[in-house]
Amino acid sequence: MTIPTTASGNRGLQLEQNLIFEQDTPGMTAVDLPAAPKVSERLGEMKNSKPIGLPGLSEPEVVRHYTRLSQKNYSIDSGFYPLGSCTMKHNPRLNEKMARLPGFADVHPFQPISTVQGALELIDTCASWLKELTGMAAVAMSPAAGAHGELCGLMCIKSAHEANGQGHRKTILVPESAHGTNPATAALCGYAVESIPANAEGRVDVAALKAHLRPEIAAVMITNPNTCGLFERDCIEIAKVVHDAGAYFYMDGANYNAIVGRLRIADLGVDAMHINLHKTFSTPHGGGGPGAGPTVLSDKLAPFAPVPMVVKVGEKFEAEEHAGHGAAKQSYGRMKGYHGQFGVFVRAVSYMMAMGGDGLKQASGDAVLNANYLLARLSEEMTPAFEGPCMHEAVFDDRFLKGTNITTLDIAKALIDEGVHPPTMYFPLVVHGALLMEPTETESKATLDQFIASMLHLARKAKSGTAEAEFKNAPMLSPRRRLDETKAARKPILRWTPGAGDAAKQAAE
Amino acid sequence: MSQTRFTKDHEWIKIDGNIGTVGITQFAQGQLGDIVFVEVPAAGKTIKAGGEAAVVESVKAASEVYSPVSGTVKEGNAALPDAPETVNSDPEGKGWFFKIELSDLKELDGLMDQAAYEKFCAELA
Repeated sequence: MTIPTTASGNRGLQLEQNLIFEQDTPGMTAVDLPAAPKVSERLGEMKNSKPIGLPGLSEPEVVRHYTRLSQKNYSIDSGFYPLGSCTMKHNPRLNEKMARLPGFADVHPFQPISTVQGALELIDTCASWLKELTGMAAVAMSPAAGAHGELCGLMCIKSAHEANGQGHRKTILVPESAHGTNPATAALCGYAVESIPANAEGRVDVAALKAHLRPEIAAVMITNPNTCGLFERDCIEIAKVVHDAGAYFYMDGANYNAIVGRLRIADLGVDAMHINLHKTFSTPHGGGGPGAGPTVLSDKLAPFAPVPMVVKVGEKFEAEEHAGHGAAKQSYGRMKGYHGQFGVFVRAVSYMMAMGGDGLKQASGDAVLNANYLLARLSEEMTPAFEGPCMHEAVFDDRFLKGTNITTLDIAKALIDEGVHPPTMYFPLVVHGALLMEPTETESKATLDQFIASMLHLARKAKSGTAEAEFKNAPMLSPRRRLDETKAARKPILRWTPGAGDAAKQAAE
Repeated sequence: MSQTRFTKDHEWIKIDGNIGTVGITQFAQGQLGDIVFVEVPAAGKTIKAGGEAAVVESVKAASEVYSPVSGTVKEGNAALPDAPETVNSDPEGKGWFFKIELSDLKELDGLMDQAAYEKFCAELA
């Protein structure tokens, strides 16, 4: 049975929606204002030369427009979202309730310090938990997200080298499986980047790393667990050889959620690591809210941490706002307005206190268990890129599709018809045709089983040799069929212009 | 005498005297898929063998193009950034990335010839 076309363009209760500008009815408005009195114009050259271009709509039209747009979202609140390396886990509603308490929600960063003691205490509490969990000497709370935290870590490293007469160190080593932000951060700090290969197991090749170490190397950046979802077992040895070479060890903590409560980062010999509160500590992610990337530092790097920093003086909290004074004597300065993402700190503290130490430990364990459940069950029809067990992410390559002419992209598109947000594709780059899945600890076995049923069904169908056309045409059931990603990237239309044709027509072309 | 050599990173270099023309191979463009962005080096840039010389971005991945040899860039393919699809349609012809004046012709000895490269790709597939 084929899907009928409709006169409206709507598909059942999936409603078509044009851009708000295309719904313009000039003169239509939600408010009935009296006609403006006649006045003599005194704007001169500042007078509007042309209409300002706001569309005219009634209130119900505007309400429907934005409600329909919101319903087009696929989010963790609506379904399973196994995006690898992104930790799309549940955001507990308790966090939201705490963040909306007037004492937190209504404070202003310019209030006198004496009136925001509770807010400073909250920042200090968050910092204390992060130091306790990682065993590190200090934490810079202000970085606004993961990559910003990386920048903070590298700026501390740069400051430390300069303070120690090692400013000639201009190169950072990064494994080839690293998050793209690692080399980008190094480049932003003015460093050259050298890539270190992975071994056949998907881990950093320690011998290759040693061969790259020399007096120009400022630091090594390693993600652990790494982007292949594997624990870097040789971290302690890596830290030792890196330190012996006079360099610092930066650990990318994007995947800290897989090990929180299980090991102390300080015990690995790490000098700096950012923590994504929006991954490990359940604060909203992506479009759901700002991130936060507090960066823990070893005692060697702690003196260079950015301002502002919260310090406890007797029973009172103070905020050290300026580099060059007191606790911030050697600070490299400020990298973020005010005190960081305060509302995110409230949510993270709420999560940590609700979970407790035992709960955090269980969360990382369950995240790893869920990923290994996927790895084990999906191995029935799919090909894991590396031998398990994995950490919190399971990565498959495309060997199971060999000879079918069906690609990883086709599988991902078909998953949309199954009602699942596709996992990360073609990343990490070291895995051919990669599908990287991170189920997170908040998904039940029933949800995972349903996803596994979809994946196994698609893998079997792909291998049957009879469904190639179906895969190439997927998704069939979504509001839009397969989009031309190549054209979108080569000739992007970034802005609607009058007369450019309606969006639906452009998308259909 | 012109000859073509290949790297393990899937670049080709066609030698004419002491000038080499560099691009990515048919195999590489097939693996990358539709190429949507290209950045080529400016003339005068000196590069070491294995150093980053250009950038290529496809719908699947972004990656560097490494220079197979050391030398000085004579010319980047100015037509490429506005027509990145050329790398898909004619990777070993019009889709060249840059021309480089070799500083050490001996470096070519460490690269693969056509037959060796084809064997190398067959093992990857």
